[in-house]
Amino acid sequence: MPDLKRIKAMAQKELFHILRDPRTLVILFLMPLLQLIIFGYAMNMEIRDVPLVIADYSGNSASKELIRVFSNTRYFVVVPQAEGSLEPETLFRNRSAQASLVIPPGFMESRFDLLLQIDAGDQNTAQMVQSYATAIVASLGAKLSAGIDLRPVVIFNPDLKSSFFFVPGLIAMILVMICALLTSISISREKELGTMEQILVSPVSATEILLGKVLPYIALGLMDALLILGVGMLLFQVPFRGDFTVFLGFTFLYVLTALCIGLMVSTIAKTQQAAMMMALAITLLPTILLSGFMFPIASMPPLLQKITYIVPARYYLQIIRGIMLKGNSIAQLYQSGLTLAGMSLLLLVVAARRFKLRLG
Amino acid sequence: MIHTTNLSKRFGSFTAVDGIGLDIARGEIFGFLGANGAGKTTTIRMLCGLLRPSGGTALVNGYDVSKQSEKVKLSLGYMSQKFSLYNDLKAIENLQFYAGIYGTPFPTALEYTMPLMRLFGLESSLHALTGSLPMGFKQRLSLVCALVHDPPLVFLDEPTSGVDPQARREFWQVINTLAQAGKTVIVSTHFMDEAEYCHRVIVMQQGREVAMGRPADLKTRYQVVNMQELFIKLVGDGYA
Repeated sequence: MPDLKRIKAMAQKELFHILRDPRTLVILFLMPLLQLIIFGYAMNMEIRDVPLVIADYSGNSASKELIRVFSNTRYFVVVPQAEGSLEPETLFRNRSAQASLVIPPGFMESRFDLLLQIDAGDQNTAQMVQSYATAIVASLGAKLSAGIDLRPVVIFNPDLKSSFFFVPGLIAMILVMICALLTSISISREKELGTMEQILVSPVSATEILLGKVLPYIALGLMDALLILGVGMLLFQVPFRGDFTVFLGFTFLYVLTALCIGLMVSTIAKTQQAAMMMALAITLLPTILLSGFMFPIASMPPLLQKITYIVPARYYLQIIRGIMLKGNSIAQLYQSGLTLAGMSLLLLVVAARRFKLRLG
Repeated sequence: MIHTTNLSKRFGSFTAVDGIGLDIARGEIFGFLGANGAGKTTTIRMLCGLLRPSGGTALVNGYDVSKQSEKVKLSLGYMSQKFSLYNDLKAIENLQFYAGIYGTPFPTALEYTMPLMRLFGLESSLHALTGSLPMGFKQRLSLVCALVHDPPLVFLDEPTSGVDPQARREFWQVINTLAQAGKTVIVSTHFMDEAEYCHRVIVMQQGREVAMGRPADLKTRYQVVNMQELFIKLVGDGYA
C-alpha cells in the first residue's frame, strides 16, 4: 500500500528542486510563452492586405461600388495599375500584385462577368483569396440584383479567425510537451546523479516514488495551462464560452496523462538528454500532425486515423475547443475525459511495473 | 546479523560474485577488500536488496534478501560509493527527505542523529546548501543521512574515497563509535591502512573469497607485517 508520508517526502523534495533550478522554471514558464507567441503569430492563416490590381473598363456606378467594397475590406489593398502590367506573367513575376480583377465594359448593364486572376505560387493563400473575393462579389451581387441568394452562416467563429482554431491547439501541444519533458527529466536526472540508488535502497516503493514525483508537477502543469490560456486570450482575442471549473477538471486529466508519458519515458531513457529527446519525439509531432490540431482527422488515410486514437491531444482538443468555442458542458465531454483518465492510469501502472524491473 | 551461503551474482555469462559465505555478528566492523571489479560492491548491493542474487541465500537481520526486501531495507543504512545527496537541498532538507522516505518522524530522526552530528561538527552547517559544503562534510552528512532511521546495520561502500587523510581518520573514529554502540558496520575499501581498523576482513578477487579473518591472524598466517603486503601477496601487486 502506498504510504502517504513517503509520497509527501518525495513531493516536497521535488518541489525544492523545481524552485531552486532556474532551468526547470524556464522550461515551465518561459518556453510556453515563447512558443505561444511565435507559433501564434507565425501560424496566422488569415490573409490580410493582399495586393490587388483592378482594371476597370466599365467606369459606371456598379464598378465603382465594387472597387469601393474591395478597398474597404482589410483583406485586400487595391494597388494602382501601371501601364500595360495587367499581363499576369509580368504582374505576378514582379510580385507587384497577388491577384488581379478585370471589370468588363458595361458591368451590370450588359455584362455580368468578372475575371479574377490569382497568383497560386502559394496555393493556400490563393485559395483564401479566391474564397474571400468570391464572397465579396456575391454579397454585392445579392445587393444589386435579384438572383440565387446563398448565404452561408458560420457558427462559433463568424469571422473565421484562425486564432480560434490554433490557440486551443497550442494549449494542447505546449501542455503535453512541457509536462512530459519535466517528469522524464526529473527521474533520469536522479539516475545520472546516482541519487536514485540511495532512494532504491530505502523501503519506498515504485508507486510512491512515481506519485511523489507527479504531484508537484500537476499543480505546476495547471498553472502553466492557465498562463497559456490567459496570454492566448489576451494576445489573440479568443473567447472562452464554457465553464471554468469544467476546463480545470479536464485540463487536470490531460496534464496527468502528459506527466505519465514522461514517467514512462524515464523508465526507458538512461540519461537526461535521451529522456528529453524521447519526450519531445513522442509528444510534439504526433500532437501537431495526428491530433486534429492542424489537419482534420477525417481527411487522413484510415491507418493514420486509427493511430490518432492513442494521441492524448486528440481528446483534449475536442475538450478544449468544445469548452472555449462552443461552451460545452461535462455531459458532452465526459467520454474524452474518461479516455484521458484511462490513459493516465494505464501509463502509470506500466511505468511502475517497468520501474520495479529496473531494481534488478 | 548477516549470514550468507554460496551467494552468487551473474550478469549474463560474467560471474561478478562467486559463492561467497559470510557470517557477521552484531557490533562487528567487517571490511571488504579487493581491487576494482573484485565483486565488493556487487556483494554489498545484494545484501542491501538493490540487486537480486542469482544463487545462494543471504539473511540480513534475520530476513531473506530475495523474499523480504522491504524488511531488509528497513534494517539497514547505505552510503553509496558515489556521493548521492542532493546538492540543491540544504543539509537539513536532505535529512528530512531521508527520514521521510524511511517513514521516521523528523524530530525522532534528529534525536537519533544529533549526537553523531555533534561528533562530526555538522550542527552549524545544517542550513547551508549541501552543494556548498566541503567534500569531507558531504561525506559525513551522507553517513548521517544513512542513519536517520537508526538501523542496526550500516553499509559503507568506499566511504572515504576522495577525502583527505585527516578526515579519513576522523571518519574511522566515528565508525568505531557506531560499532561500540552496537551497530554492525560493513565497509568496503581499497585503502589497506583502513583495513587495519576492521575487526574482520574478506579479501576478494574475481568474485571469489581469497582470504577471510582478523587482520592480526591474517598477518601471522601469511607472515607479513601489514595489510598492504598481505594484499600484494594474495592478489598480486598490479592492484592495491
